[in-house]
Amino acid sequence: MNHSRSWRVRGLTAAGVSAALVLAACGGGGGGTGSQQGSSNQSSQAVFNAASTSVVNPSDKKGGTLKFANPGDWDSLDPGETYYAYSWNFARLYGRSLMMFKSGPGKEGNQLVPDLAEAPGKSSDGAKTWTYKIRKGVKFDDGTEVTSADVKYAVLRSTDKQTFPNGPAYWEAPSALNLPNGYKGPYKTPNMNTDSAIETPDEYTIVFHMKKPFAAFDYLVQQPDTMPVPKDKDTGAKYRNSIVSTGPYKFADMQPGKSFNLVRNDQWDPATDPNRKALPDRIEVTLNVNADDLDNRLLSGDLDVDVTAVGVQPAAQSRVLQDPTLKANADNPLGVRNWYTSINPTVPPLNNIECRKAIMYGMDHTGYQTAYGGQFAGGDIATTILPPSIPGHVDFDLYPSGPDHKGDLDAAKKSLEACGQPNGFETNIAYRAERPKEKAAAEAFQQALGRIGIKLTLRPYPLADYFAQYCGLPPYVVKNKLGLCINGWGADWPDGFGFLSQITDSRVIRPAGGSSNTSVRIPEVDKMLDTALTELNTDKRNQIWGEIDKRVMQEAVIYPGVYSKALFVRSKNATNIMVTDAYGEYDYLGMGAQK
Amino acid sequence: MFAYIVRRLLWAVLLLIVLSMVTFSIFYLIPRLGGATPETLATRYVGRAATPETVHLTAERLGFLDPVPVQYWHWLKGVFVGADFDYGAGVEHCPAPCFGYSFITKQPVWPELLDRAPVTISLTIGAAIIWLVAGVSIGVISALRRGTVFDRGAMGVALAGVSLPIFFTGLIALAFFSYKLGITAPGGTYVPFSQNPALWAYSLLLPWITLAFLFSAQYARLTRAGMLETMSEDYIRTARAKGLPERRVILKHALRGALTPVLTIFGLDVGLLLGGAVLTEKTFSLNGLGKYAYDGIVNGDLPKILGVTLVAGFFVIMANLFVDLLYGVIDPRVRLE
Repeated sequence: MNHSRSWRVRGLTAAGVSAALVLAACGGGGGGTGSQQGSSNQSSQAVFNAASTSVVNPSDKKGGTLKFANPGDWDSLDPGETYYAYSWNFARLYGRSLMMFKSGPGKEGNQLVPDLAEAPGKSSDGAKTWTYKIRKGVKFDDGTEVTSADVKYAVLRSTDKQTFPNGPAYWEAPSALNLPNGYKGPYKTPNMNTDSAIETPDEYTIVFHMKKPFAAFDYLVQQPDTMPVPKDKDTGAKYRNSIVSTGPYKFADMQPGKSFNLVRNDQWDPATDPNRKALPDRIEVTLNVNADDLDNRLLSGDLDVDVTAVGVQPAAQSRVLQDPTLKANADNPLGVRNWYTSINPTVPPLNNIECRKAIMYGMDHTGYQTAYGGQFAGGDIATTILPPSIPGHVDFDLYPSGPDHKGDLDAAKKSLEACGQPNGFETNIAYRAERPKEKAAAEAFQQALGRIGIKLTLRPYPLADYFAQYCGLPPYVVKNKLGLCINGWGADWPDGFGFLSQITDSRVIRPAGGSSNTSVRIPEVDKMLDTALTELNTDKRNQIWGEIDKRVMQEAVIYPGVYSKALFVRSKNATNIMVTDAYGEYDYLGMGAQK
Repeated sequence: MFAYIVRRLLWAVLLLIVLSMVTFSIFYLIPRLGGATPETLATRYVGRAATPETVHLTAERLGFLDPVPVQYWHWLKGVFVGADFDYGAGVEHCPAPCFGYSFITKQPVWPELLDRAPVTISLTIGAAIIWLVAGVSIGVISALRRGTVFDRGAMGVALAGVSLPIFFTGLIALAFFSYKLGITAPGGTYVPFSQNPALWAYSLLLPWITLAFLFSAQYARLTRAGMLETMSEDYIRTARAKGLPERRVILKHALRGALTPVLTIFGLDVGLLLGGAVLTEKTFSLNGLGKYAYDGIVNGDLPKILGVTLVAGFFVIMANLFVDLLYGVIDPRVRLE
């Protein structure tokens, strides 16, 4: 999932000038630009990166149309199958999950609030059982009232991975829902009793039974797969084109692969929904738009949002950054993703921690940052695994690289001596052949570590099989001496579990391949992860995430690389523009339109 | 003539089957020979959190567990007699010609091809008319005014047209004419002819001109060379000696002779573009066959790729057949047997 954010507050004078210029450009008609300074985080000023922590162009004006575009096709609009951050962000417009991320700027957007549920879940049985009460009066767009059975059905259908292979796999994972043996979803095993996993004692109560404790369960039920699906309208894999809405908007003019529109859902009752303003009358989405043309249309005002939130392409980046007016209308948030590199301790001599430390000290951080696109399009230099936007993140730097971030070569050489390799050693670095940034990162490693005698050979592998056949296949890694594997990870949700579980838990490493965790095998960390899953106190749980981060960094098995960032251009037509930390993207739920 | 056409059509069917076998092999036989398993092939069609069981189930759903020849047979059978598709909540019959279902979007391929074909046909025919008229006219005038400023200027522009890729000229044209001047439609605009012919033309004007700029350059150079060669033929001198007006000598005798190679390449170009003007459609975000093919290639969506490959093959074969028949009209020396 994609994300980003950062802070570069310019001098007040420059900001003021920019603000004046851009206000003149954006301010105009519609009445949507009036500054409504009811909250400290609201701002009508056009300042570079202002939307990362405040609302730019605030307004409660209803009406108008927002135009979104996607440079590719949607992975799926089916809440039970979609697995992109932008899609989860967008799904809140047409669906209501049990919990949701609040519509708000920066960290405010990171807060979980009840949506279809009346309140956060109540746990029992040592955080293995979770109960939610569902709001009364919530309706599907056909007028039928939503019941707990619809939520149960939605979750169960998402576990049919033959029909929905792309979605997240938290419900059917070995440690997740206590589903009966042999259960294959409601299509193939419709008569199997699933009360051991989900009970619906009445129309407004739903009880989840997990096999193991899951203290951060509220995060799990903010996934779109808890958005209710009416069984009699479910068309399996084809449901993506005929979704029944529960949110303020419903689908119209669906043309798969080309476009679709969202129009007001007259069955949505704002009295049941404290989280949504539902400002625009209509949202038009065009698919498969040429990425460079999309940028041009954003800059000309013909489009409002690149829904995928990958940021503008290199051609538009330089244009935006060099033009003060355009730059004042741009944002550069940090995401909830790290572009890191795994240092595999199973490959000699990297089985010696001192050799791994030599890599950490010897690496040129700026070279790595440049490889990923630099400060604005690549990201900020990372010294931790957890990105700053994830609760539990603690700033620390165990391997200082000097004031210029070019590496501490003296410390690196000392580590090499301690490792018994004073003249360096040879190993290989793997990357995904289809990703030029990863190739550039591998070359940055090659150059930087060459300074201390570590000779790296570049090994490109096909993206599709990267983890299944190569870096994620432990015997292959050892046999082919893949000491380093360029890697990257984005959290499924901004929480330590969402970020760390798949890349630091040694138990996710599969002998047959396929895991993103190629290098972290620390039993102590596994135990810490288990402890966090039973810790119901959020602050204490967040503290554990920070401790795990530090413990993994102590072992020098992950070079943290960069916290990803992207350059966004604000719409000329949109109001309430803000970046939510939950997704590291513009908050699509709160956005309004001037016309 | 009739026997000739029937024979060519039978060859076309055989050629399309061979084409489908080659495409199928490239995507599924060669990786298997290279050591890929059904599961590794299925990996790209599952989410990042997929368990080995999910990957196996996906391989099963997509038919990868069968031997490759059996997979191909199932696909071919679908083209002639239709196939069934399990969408989880039920089974849907895909009637012949069933080119399969997209691995990614789960949509049947044939209706998608039919839906997108008008965009590609509109783009190709409009651009072809422009480039043929412009290219041949410029080529003829350049040949008749050889060495003049017009000739040099036209050939210079032609060289630029051939050299500049459409994803460059297209984006520049969009930025200038659509977003700066606002006189042409923005990218991604297409209005069906049946809905509004004027808007149809307006929405395609820029893609037509950009595509025609690329092709008319080639045609101008080709026509010029042909005209120069033809104008030095004896029969042109004879025609002039007979006292025919120069206009008639050029249009009826010289141009007719020079057009034969132009017609050959025109048939190939139009056929190829009808099978999908990939770069043009991608640049202008037009949902035609070319972009459909591009999406299929990017996502490894074999049914899409096979569908467009066969359609493209069909158009190339038909365009060439049409051109071959046209030879007989243009050049009386050609007899089709």
